[in-house]
Amino acid sequence: MTDLNTLHFTPEHEWISIDGDVATIGITDYAAEQLGDVVFVELPDIDAGVTAGQVVGEIESTKSVGELFAPMDGDIVGVNEAVVDDPSLVNSAPFAGGWLIKVRVATAELPAGLLDRAAYVALTGGAQ
Amino acid sequence: MTTASPAGASATPGPAPRDATGEPRFTPLRGIHEALGATFTDFGGWQMPVRYASDLAEHRAVREAAGIFDISHMAEFLVTGDGAGVFLDYALAGTLSTLAVGRAKYSLLLADDGGIIDDVIVYCLGPEWYLVIANAGNRAAVAEAFAERVARAPVAAAFGGEPPAGVQVFGGIVGGGLARVEDVSDACALIAVQGPRAREIVAATAGVDAGALDGLAYYAAAQGTFAGDPLLLARTGYTGEDGYELLVPNARAAELWQALTAAGAPLGMLPAGLASRDTLRLEAGMPLYGHELSREVLPAQAGLGRVVAQGEGEFVGREALLASASDASRPVLVGLVAEGRCAGRAGYAVFDGDTQVGEVTSGALSPTLGHPIAMAFVPPALADAGTVLSIDVRGTRVPATVTALPFYRRKK
Repeated sequence: MTDLNTLHFTPEHEWISIDGDVATIGITDYAAEQLGDVVFVELPDIDAGVTAGQVVGEIESTKSVGELFAPMDGDIVGVNEAVVDDPSLVNSAPFAGGWLIKVRVATAELPAGLLDRAAYVALTGGAQ
Repeated sequence: MTTASPAGASATPGPAPRDATGEPRFTPLRGIHEALGATFTDFGGWQMPVRYASDLAEHRAVREAAGIFDISHMAEFLVTGDGAGVFLDYALAGTLSTLAVGRAKYSLLLADDGGIIDDVIVYCLGPEWYLVIANAGNRAAVAEAFAERVARAPVAAAFGGEPPAGVQVFGGIVGGGLARVEDVSDACALIAVQGPRAREIVAATAGVDAGALDGLAYYAAAQGTFAGDPLLLARTGYTGEDGYELLVPNARAAELWQALTAAGAPLGMLPAGLASRDTLRLEAGMPLYGHELSREVLPAQAGLGRVVAQGEGEFVGREALLASASDASRPVLVGLVAEGRCAGRAGYAVFDGDTQVGEVTSGALSPTLGHPIAMAFVPPALADAGTVLSIDVRGTRVPATVTALPFYRRKK
């Protein structure tokens, strides 16, 4: 089980896990719940360079479409093919098997405006 | 991540009606939904469950076993008294005066220009005693249209009177000194049980006088009792499955939900929200007001010409429909199917080659069929089954083939 307190969160409902210079990125439990059952995930090509704020993928549920943003500059070094094959992983394990992309970050400096778990939960109006 | 479209089921356009305080409204089943962990969404000014746990599981339950829906947000009007049937023939586009007691009929409320104000189901509960169920978001528009049509209907008839023998009343609102049309929406709750096991479930529900169930045909309704209070049991629905809609006074709503759940849960019934209700009705090719139907759409465009009375009788909108009968330029509603998993959604453009020819009104990845389905308005020349068009899905043209509706038909 991922320790949620080690993750960084964006106000756009994504989470970031930093390991060396590689960031693993997914959408939060709250985002997955708001979307409903995810039925289709489109992810970027590996090796593509991305800049922070760029749309790099789409997450579709029966009722909605969500856009996946790159939260930081870097290169895409991994995409989760398991989620493409089984999009329900986004709902069942948003912080684990439902991860979406890995980005080799250009700078060790984290972008401004990231939240810790408590602040993110407060943002979404929930109690931890 | 941001969501490009609302997470909820699609609401009707225009300002959402609110209660007098401007707050969103809840049905009498709010507490039950909250206890079940429902996610709520705004629908026509009401906070309604969009899903409980999984909309796909809820969809599947309705196709394979059953689902239970709170549809208490819908509007109910009683149309009663001498001349009620003839009044409905004038106020609606279909012939209702010939509807047999205990039968139901889908109909349309048209504007003078033939545009659709709402689609409704009319139940004949007794001689000159009708219940009209309308969409929640159109409640005010329907009330206004009825009031105006009562005033100008070419019918000279007495108002009101006591209910005919054997006709029950709801919520204590209906009594002597009736107006001809009475909005009883706030007095009654409506619960739908839909799916192949719906009949078994209703028959096994404690407190439901199940005698009413015997021999109840599709699009028929029977009056019974639940725990001693009036119950209207209608074999109607909006999912493409067999099923029932149960109308009870508000005070009995929670008790009825629990009793139905006690009977249904062991048979695989799940509580189901508006998300699954929308994908179910879309698969069944059923129109949703605000998407396939609107003031700008004539019945024939939406494939509802059969709903309109063809006789000589006068009804609101008739002249406009007659005048437009030879107009072949108006777009018509078609079904579109695509391969893959990338669905066209409401508002997406439909192309024939490089020319935009229409717009998707509803679309989703069909949970039952496993491929994208959509409804769209296109020119009649492009409406034949097999015509290959394409949908612009956020910059990508996805080929889509015109197909006959519905997409899904239950096995008899």
